[in-house]
Amino acid sequence: MKRWQGAGAGLGLVGLALVTGLARAEGDKSIESIEQYREALRDGNPAELFEAQGEELLKKKAGPKDASLERCDLGLGAGVVDGAYAQMPRYFADTDRVQDAESRLLTCMSSLQGKDTAKYIAAPFNTPEKDELNALVTYISGASKDVKVAVSLDHPKTRQMYELGKRMFYYQGGPHDFSCASCHGQEGARIRLQELPYLPSQKGAGAAWTSWPAYRVSAGQMWGMQWRLADCFRQQRFPDPIYASDVTIALSTYLAATATGATMDTPGIKR
Amino acid sequence: MNKAFEVIAAAALVLGSSLAIAGESSSWGQGADDAAFKAMLNSGFREKGIAKLTRLDQDPTQAFCSDPKFASSKEGAKIAAEIEAANMKTIKWPSDGVWLGSHAAGEAVAQSGRGLTSTDAADTPNGGNCYNCHQLSKTEISYGTIGPSLYNYGKIRGTNDEALRTAWGKIYNAKATNACSNMPRAGHMGIINEKQIKDLMALLFDPASPVNQ
Repeated sequence: MKRWQGAGAGLGLVGLALVTGLARAEGDKSIESIEQYREALRDGNPAELFEAQGEELLKKKAGPKDASLERCDLGLGAGVVDGAYAQMPRYFADTDRVQDAESRLLTCMSSLQGKDTAKYIAAPFNTPEKDELNALVTYISGASKDVKVAVSLDHPKTRQMYELGKRMFYYQGGPHDFSCASCHGQEGARIRLQELPYLPSQKGAGAAWTSWPAYRVSAGQMWGMQWRLADCFRQQRFPDPIYASDVTIALSTYLAATATGATMDTPGIKR
Repeated sequence: MNKAFEVIAAAALVLGSSLAIAGESSSWGQGADDAAFKAMLNSGFREKGIAKLTRLDQDPTQAFCSDPKFASSKEGAKIAAEIEAANMKTIKWPSDGVWLGSHAAGEAVAQSGRGLTSTDAADTPNGGNCYNCHQLSKTEISYGTIGPSLYNYGKIRGTNDEALRTAWGKIYNAKATNACSNMPRAGHMGIINEKQIKDLMALLFDPASPVNQ
């Protein structure tokens, strides 16, 4: 992990210089500067290091069964990684569940490697267990780069997850009455200077879904969609969503299905 | 407050059942498969720090506004009016009759988005989150646009009683005048206290406030 910190700190300095410069700029101009900053970041995205780490992890024998994850079925058959992420979440007959990439990885870690996945689910982000999952999902999503998102709602269980996710998107709670829609339910809005995608639209959901997992420069961390969703709920003042729970998969199904047709651009990079 | 909300709760129940009949063609949507949705909620979250599971329990306002399609419908408008009336009753006006505190302290409250998340300590002072969604002073360029610009708020409206009451009510409980406003009910939900509201009021109305420059 140490290796990446240097890169993160360097990019952080660029960010700081830009933010300082921003103080004098106004409205649209500051947005423009942020766009340039994002563009500059795309050269040498540290996420590539996590992709490499994820590939290594997938191929490495581990767990009580001393097996790799290479035979994991991500929906396109055992061992097929290319293009699989672009069709997830999807229904899996063997588990009789709709699963996103993270929950499917947990299934494979349990069935192929014999690992106790409960501790992977319980572990907070920023622990070795979650680092492993983040690296794996970064690699898997990277293998769908430039592939069009195609999440089918033909299966009734996927359709159900989509509807539950849509309902969750508008579900208000907590001391602030927030739902996902409080921030992501209108076109062209910002929190501070951060532009917010309008997620019920194909364009907005597409921009969001295809850019995660992403390297967060400000945090120096690699975030998968599970982490992204968990931090949204934190800011909503909700309790903590359980990793790979149906709530998270339902929201991802709603997002990914709405994004269908957009082109995967993972791993992404964010401020 | 409780009685008014009970009436609404009953209305929400009626609403729920009528939705199940009149609902979308899909069999899974809002009001249709409540059992599946509840099971998903119950299995999907865990308590963390001060963010307890009870935060998932909705009051009638939250339940009503979680179905924006119905809330914005003709039948929804009637219930929205009742929701607004119930929220209006929750507003506590300044206890000593003084509307305005310190605009400098108000600026600090407006800047802060802290408090009440699962990673905040119980004694973290809560912010007002104002700049997240509103423009206020001209010098702060990092402002959100979910809410309208409040720049020159007092300069435009003056400091007559009605303007003061409207702003106080909006800060205390935004749902009193707009049932499904995106704005949190900062006073009613205990996010900020009376002193903080007075300071925000000064930020909006004090002629010396950066908002009115």
